[in-house]
Amino acid sequence: MEDVTYAIETHGLVKRFGKTTALAGVDLAARTGSVLGLLGPNGAGKTTAVRILATLLRPDGGSATVSGYDVVRDAHQVRQLIGLTGQYASVDEGLSGTNNLIMIGRLLGLTRSDARARAAELLARFELTDAAGRAAKTYSGGMRRRLDLAASLVGRPRVLYLDEPTTGLDPHSRNEVWGMIRRLVADGTTVLLTTQYLEEADQLAHDIAVIDHGTVIATGTPDELKASAGRQVLEVTPASRADLSAVAELLERLIGAAPAVGVESGQVSVQVEGGRALPDIIRAFEDRSIELAEFALRRASLDEVFLALTGHRAEEETAAEAGKGEKAGTARELDRSSR
Amino acid sequence: MTTATLPAPAPVPALSRRPSPATAVANSFTLAWRSVLKIKTNPEDLFGLWLQPIMYLVLFTYVFGGAIAGGTHQYLQFSLPGILVLSVVFATLGTGMMLSQDISTGVFDRFRTLPIVRWAPLAGAILGDLVRYLISILVTLGFGYVLGFRVQTSVLAAVTGCLLLMAFAFALCWMSALLGVLAKSAQGVQWWGFLLMFPLVFGSNILTSTKSMPGWLQAFVKVNPVTYLTEAERALFIGGPAATAVERSLLWAVGIFVVFAPLAVAAYRRRT
Repeated sequence: MEDVTYAIETHGLVKRFGKTTALAGVDLAARTGSVLGLLGPNGAGKTTAVRILATLLRPDGGSATVSGYDVVRDAHQVRQLIGLTGQYASVDEGLSGTNNLIMIGRLLGLTRSDARARAAELLARFELTDAAGRAAKTYSGGMRRRLDLAASLVGRPRVLYLDEPTTGLDPHSRNEVWGMIRRLVADGTTVLLTTQYLEEADQLAHDIAVIDHGTVIATGTPDELKASAGRQVLEVTPASRADLSAVAELLERLIGAAPAVGVESGQVSVQVEGGRALPDIIRAFEDRSIELAEFALRRASLDEVFLALTGHRAEEETAAEAGKGEKAGTARELDRSSR
Repeated sequence: MTTATLPAPAPVPALSRRPSPATAVANSFTLAWRSVLKIKTNPEDLFGLWLQPIMYLVLFTYVFGGAIAGGTHQYLQFSLPGILVLSVVFATLGTGMMLSQDISTGVFDRFRTLPIVRWAPLAGAILGDLVRYLISILVTLGFGYVLGFRVQTSVLAAVTGCLLLMAFAFALCWMSALLGVLAKSAQGVQWWGFLLMFPLVFGSNILTSTKSMPGWLQAFVKVNPVTYLTEAERALFIGGPAATAVERSLLWAVGIFVVFAPLAVAAYRRRT
């Protein structure tokens, strides 16, 4: 156990709910102290993986360990290491913010005064001090999520599972949660973050595993994933909008692909393979004395990578499955009846 | 932050292999504290807990009193011990409803990710509910006194009566807990609970003497544990031979506990 470099490891994790296979052999590894982003559309198996790692579900096959402890055999040890904030892990709505956190502190073996102090500290950290005495059912969605996050941190977990922590939050609350995660990681916490938002994974994760239909279809750092798509995007903005169509025409002739013309942004963008053609392109613009405001080669965004890997966009399904709560309910029923 | 080097990991602390018995007790009491706190902070719950026994007393005494016993005062002496039983039996439904709610809202998921004893949430809920039963008993007695009820035996006998009620409620709430774990929703618990509890409560001697009932019903009333409990309570509060009825009530309580507690725990472990 001395040389554990991975705080979370799974091998060939399988989970079935009746006839549905939620996980079809998932391998994951999160380096100790890093953020592993588990990226995939709704229904890809992210939550099932998290629930297994949080000892809430038993896998039907494969193994999962946290700091070397098996989530089935050593569940009690694993529970001493983890914290979970998810779509399901919840706060007691009938209790105040303070009492919710004191209860968890007491359950974790803190003395009454230590539990009270820890609760006050966390409430202050999550800007909930003003609402500390109110029942959690009076909290807004963002406040409830912050209380939930605070609840999962009472025991200072080594490994934190965040199951779509920003789904349904407004941009301000989302930024707050991101800042929180960064601070936790700076303190040495290992984080498993599931998300449907490519930007979130890009912002926070050291490593990303892309999961779709219960299978990991790609892994790597955000940079590696972007590079693996092989394509880059050339963006050209002429100084004068009058040149927009001339630029587009020229790029199409030189590269042989139809560029996208952004009339609003005044920008023409086109996918290119490598940067070898760039000097020729710049010379062509000079020859025609088209003055450029911007000329940039950037790697494909994670969004484009995801599209290339799965054949569909990550966030498309989210919009289609707006009745999220309902869906979550069915998943819960499924995992109950299967046990 | 994608390419940042990671801080050196801190060593994993020594972990306990399983919760100790002392932890188990502490966990249960923490969760009992939680359920008592919920009574205190939920005005509707508190209101119902207070108002229900008062409503039973007023309705039964003044609706049935004249017709059954020819006077409300005599009837109150007769019915109050029975109303104590009725209030407590119905109060046990709360255990199942709260468990069902905790399971469906995900609060129990949180508990299950914590290094606590697995059955602590169940034990905590039931311990906390004992406080509810006590409140229900005290309100019934207190308001009964206001209406003119008097204990005709001794303080000791009355206290024994209360303890017997608590013991019976403790046993019965495991049945409610089983319902709470099995039912799909809190409403389900309520329906199933009333279907089970109504015959128990009203197919008994709680409100009337059994003499006027048809034979088949008398046969049921004779084996109904609620009948024994009511007999025992009457004897302990207003007098009469208590020993047999107390003994049989306790035996029933033990029997219910022995059957339903393991079933509830097993169902709870399966579901969670």
